[in-house]
Amino acid sequence: METQIISNTTSPTSTATEHPAAWKWYDYFRFNVDHKVIGIQYLVTSFVFYLIGGLMAMALRTELYTPDPDVLNPNLYNAFMTNHGTIMIFLWIVPAAIGGFGNYLIPLMIGARDMAFPKLNAIAFWLNPPAGALLLASFLFGGSQSGWTAYPPLSLITANTAQTLWILSIVLVGTSSILGSVNFVVTILKMKVPSMQWSQLPLFCWAILATSVLALLSTPVLAAGLVLLLFDINFGTSFFKPDAGGNVVLYQHLFWFYSHPAVYLMILPIFGIMSEVIPPHARKPIFGYKAIAYSSLAICIVGLFVWVHHMFTSGTPPWMRVFFTVSTLIVAVPTGVKIFGWVATLWGGKIRFTSAMLFALGLLSMFVIGGLGGVTLGTAPFDLHVHDTYYVVGHFHYVLFGGSVFGIYAGIYHWFPKMTGRMMNERLGQLHFVLTFIGTHLTFLPMHKLGLQGMPRRVAMYDPQFVNLNHLCTVGAFVLGISVLPFFINAVWSWIAGAKAPDNPWNALTLEWTTSSPPPVENWEVLPVVTHGPYDYGMGYGVSHDSNPDANDSSDDSSAPPASNPILALD
Amino acid sequence: MKQIPASILTLLAGIVITLVSLWVGQHHGLLPEQASEQAPLVDRFFSVMVTIGTALFLVVQGALIIFIIKFRRRSGDETDGLPIEGSIPLEILWTAVPAIIVIGLGIYSVDVYAQMGGFAPAGGMVAHHHTRPHHWFTPDAVAASLEPNSGLMAAPATLAKYGIGAAAGQTDSADLTVNVTGLQYAWLFNYPDSGIVSGELHVPLGQSVQLNFTAQDVIHSFWIPQFRLKQDVIPGENTELHFVATKVGTYPVVCAELCGGYHGSMRTQIIVHNPDEFAVWLQQNQIASHA
Ligand code: HEM
Ligand SMILES: [Cu+2]
Ligand SMILES: [Cu+2]
Repeated sequence: METQIISNTTSPTSTATEHPAAWKWYDYFRFNVDHKVIGIQYLVTSFVFYLIGGLMAMALRTELYTPDPDVLNPNLYNAFMTNHGTIMIFLWIVPAAIGGFGNYLIPLMIGARDMAFPKLNAIAFWLNPPAGALLLASFLFGGSQSGWTAYPPLSLITANTAQTLWILSIVLVGTSSILGSVNFVVTILKMKVPSMQWSQLPLFCWAILATSVLALLSTPVLAAGLVLLLFDINFGTSFFKPDAGGNVVLYQHLFWFYSHPAVYLMILPIFGIMSEVIPPHARKPIFGYKAIAYSSLAICIVGLFVWVHHMFTSGTPPWMRVFFTVSTLIVAVPTGVKIFGWVATLWGGKIRFTSAMLFALGLLSMFVIGGLGGVTLGTAPFDLHVHDTYYVVGHFHYVLFGGSVFGIYAGIYHWFPKMTGRMMNERLGQLHFVLTFIGTHLTFLPMHKLGLQGMPRRVAMYDPQFVNLNHLCTVGAFVLGISVLPFFINAVWSWIAGAKAPDNPWNALTLEWTTSSPPPVENWEVLPVVTHGPYDYGMGYGVSHDSNPDANDSSDDSSAPPASNPILALD
Repeated sequence: MKQIPASILTLLAGIVITLVSLWVGQHHGLLPEQASEQAPLVDRFFSVMVTIGTALFLVVQGALIIFIIKFRRRSGDETDGLPIEGSIPLEILWTAVPAIIVIGLGIYSVDVYAQMGGFAPAGGMVAHHHTRPHHWFTPDAVAASLEPNSGLMAAPATLAKYGIGAAAGQTDSADLTVNVTGLQYAWLFNYPDSGIVSGELHVPLGQSVQLNFTAQDVIHSFWIPQFRLKQDVIPGENTELHFVATKVGTYPVVCAELCGGYHGSMRTQIIVHNPDEFAVWLQQNQIASHA
């Protein structure tokens, strides 16, 4: 218990390996089996799609500045709306949070040299670019216009070619997600260093484990639903054609059986990031490790039995509405456990307002709003009123933008030094945070009222009585658009010319910080030995610079910050 | 010690949060006017949720802000915080309290749903098709709500499998039945008793109305925000909606399910008349449609 983590020596990887000592820039554009390369490939690719999806969102908001359809053709509006949602979910949040952070961090956090199946991992990533290309190509055929939900019969009768490309694209990312999940489950269960107890597994790993199980259980159902849809469109079957004996509500069940769990696919890994970011920047152990770990599993299980809350106004019998109201409300309990745990982690801490921490704190605040809105939506009698309105749009953006996107940013600021060996600029990070925080509220808070007052979603034209609040939303969207600039500049500039990062700039205690920044090809020269929990702050570990192995004396105030650390040099 | 004890501060904060939440719950002003029997039920329920939500919001955001200020790192301080790893009593507390709240909300929502008539039309039919799948989850509220309505099964054949909104206790068929067709991008209202076809829905105040929906092409969703009622209109699957309008006036009828490029323009109106005015309207339009 009292021995120290064996830090790697700074010498390069032994020449005995078949790998080069470090990857060259062009290795990142090629088929590569290193989990770190793959993680960065996921992050960068998905960020590119985030920008594309974001531009589509700005086009939508521009159209909605006025009640009339005067900027975009309404069909193009729907194509942007559909592909915006699809890209944000399937090509940004999911690949960034699971593929990006998951691949980069899981082996490093459990002391493994790579994932269990490196080739499979690379294949899973390389399914994503063609999937994105298919979506973009669908615009040559008008773009899919039936929403990311693609309900038949609308999806059967509009833009058939584009809809087909859309389905193929989703099936590709779904396959990628299944392959990736198998890899995560096996890696986490089988490959952690022997010295790590299960109770010392970082919470991010528990979150990815829960996420992967959920993806494995639900994704095949979506694939099945979409393949049937594809057959209906192209091969004359009639699974979902009402005039030929098909059943449109069956599709909704198949779709939401996956797509409700999909919202947890988008938030569970983010919860994992939160549990990694908050303790080191608050200098406190995580509050209630077990509760946070188990609540991920609870969310994963309950999350499989709530899907009908998307169908309260559809063809669902009353007993279903009741059952799914109750199950949906129950999900709030494990979610609350996490929120309270993070808030309590702050108590008694020494909070450092790094950019990573700002986004984590912002997420806490935003997610409370999104979560409370979600509880109201989960009740059938109230949902009858607000289903398919802007209230829902406001809700899911608080969760997805205020939750997932904030979490991804927190993760990027936190692990950028590890991934690139460079520090990001904190001033630009703060500017990025302030703009994003204001923009998110401005864009998505008024939407709640719009929906309650009677504005449906997925509309290119609306009743003029709603124009004032829509102005606010559009202005907010532009603030959000601008907020990306300081981040983008910061990331690119820091990657090229940022201050060199020390191995452990945040004095964090998880294993990824015991290797160099960036880590060598096989992660460690000598595998680390785990001697303390991942969050044992305040117990004498990691207070001073990590190269000093005798940290657990009481020389607290004497340990000067490392000179190379621009964060601490800031104030 | 001039310091106010923490327990008094907590108590004060609790009182303030309670009062603010109660006030917000009653004065949020977020919902449009109420024009159906269901609307006040939904709104009361929403107010309760807003009250609880405001309280939770204030507690969590308040704690967050206080902790951020109080436990910020002072410059030059390189030490760690307190090595607290959890507290079982606290964790039990914040698991149990939300659990109680959501279970309470769940029961309340079922009750509201029953009062709105959510179990009436389709509930009877479900019992018809399956052998009472209810019992394994049924809270008492559901069971109780089903009884007064069970007479509905004997009511004139309703073909709809799904729907909502027969007023609780209603046993006979509605005063007015309108067949509604949804198509890209319009609503058609067909009055079977008088042969009137209209693009706007006219109904009498205070009388029970039954809408029978059919979709001609894709899924639409019939929504009257002032009634707090919405029902999907599904091709190949008949649905229905029951309501009693409680306020004379003109209200929007909105399509809420994406149905194509002009989905946003699929809007019309419902006009709630006094019964005698409605009779006049019926008569005039009957003549017009037979002429
Ligand atoms: C720049 C910030 C963003 C803005 C201004 C924005 C705006 C919008 C708008 C206007 C719609 C169409 C609403 C409708 O007509 O129903 C929409 C839909 C949607 N957005 Fe965003 N959005 C943003 C970011 C995001 C992010 C980060 C996600 C992450 C997952 C996301 C997920 C979705 C989804 C799932 C839909 C629904 C699409 C559908 O109904 O098929 N959005 N957004
Ligand atoms: Cu859901
Ligand atoms: Cu529509």
